Amino acid sequence: MPDVTIDWYIALSSILFVIGALGVLLRRNTIIIFMSVEMMLNSANLAFVAFARHLGDLDGQVLVFFVITVAAAEVAIGLALIVTIFRSKKSINIDDINLMKG
Amino acid sequence: MGDPILFFILAAITIAAGLGMVLSQNAVHSALFLVLNFTAIAVFYIVLNAPFIAMVQITVYAGAIMVLFLFVIMLLGAERLRGVRGGERWQQILAGILALALVAVFATIVLQRGTVTSGTATLIDTSPTALGLRLFEAYVLPFEITGILLLAAMIGVVVFSLKKK
Repeated sequence: MPDVTIDWYIALSSILFVIGALGVLLRRNTIIIFMSVEMMLNSANLAFVAFARHLGDLDGQVLVFFVITVAAAEVAIGLALIVTIFRSKKSINIDDINLMKG
Repeated sequence: MGDPILFFILAAITIAAGLGMVLSQNAVHSALFLVLNFTAIAVFYIVLNAPFIAMVQITVYAGAIMVLFLFVIMLLGAERLRGVRGGERWQQILAGILALALVAVFATIVLQRGTVTSGTATLIDTSPTALGLRLFEAYVLPFEITGILLLAAMIGVVVFSLKKK
């Protein structure tokens, strides 16, 4: 069996990123689109940690903390937005949210 | 960097959970698939000598963030939204083409780099102590900015959630 190298992790991370991007492009449910964005952030985190292991450097793991923090803030804001939009429009279909003014 | 068999099993779980999340008709199922995806990635972190990150992943992502997602899904009753696969035929085809282009870009980058010449580095100390020291020695300013970002997000959420008079 060959050894697992950094390339394998980059490939896995890329596949996850593409799946997330497909979710953003294909789905119409705003909550699912948010989940897809979370998965894309996670694939980046996986690449960070794999590189930290490959290079023997702690900085990659520290960066993951910042990504997780930003993701948490983004989710809180995004879900609050979704709830607010749902209150006025009674829908979370992304095609219905096409006006700057509610 | 881990055992190949373990890598393949975990990668299969991760990718299957990701696809399940994107393709599932029910939003609650999507959220649960995403929890599985996050948990599998947390196991990857343990394999990659990042146990503390793995614990943060489980508590923050699979715990807090996904509970928030599930809460909002059930609050809005959005489990079964129609037209979930999205839009028109040409949009789906375009999305497929764009995804293939993205795969091609990634593949080109990896292949251009050639095979890895240097081996994997030796294991380093990744205890919470070491991480904390690095965080507060080299990344103090980003840390402070992150704090301000979280405060701004908190205030923003409160303002959004206020009932309009």
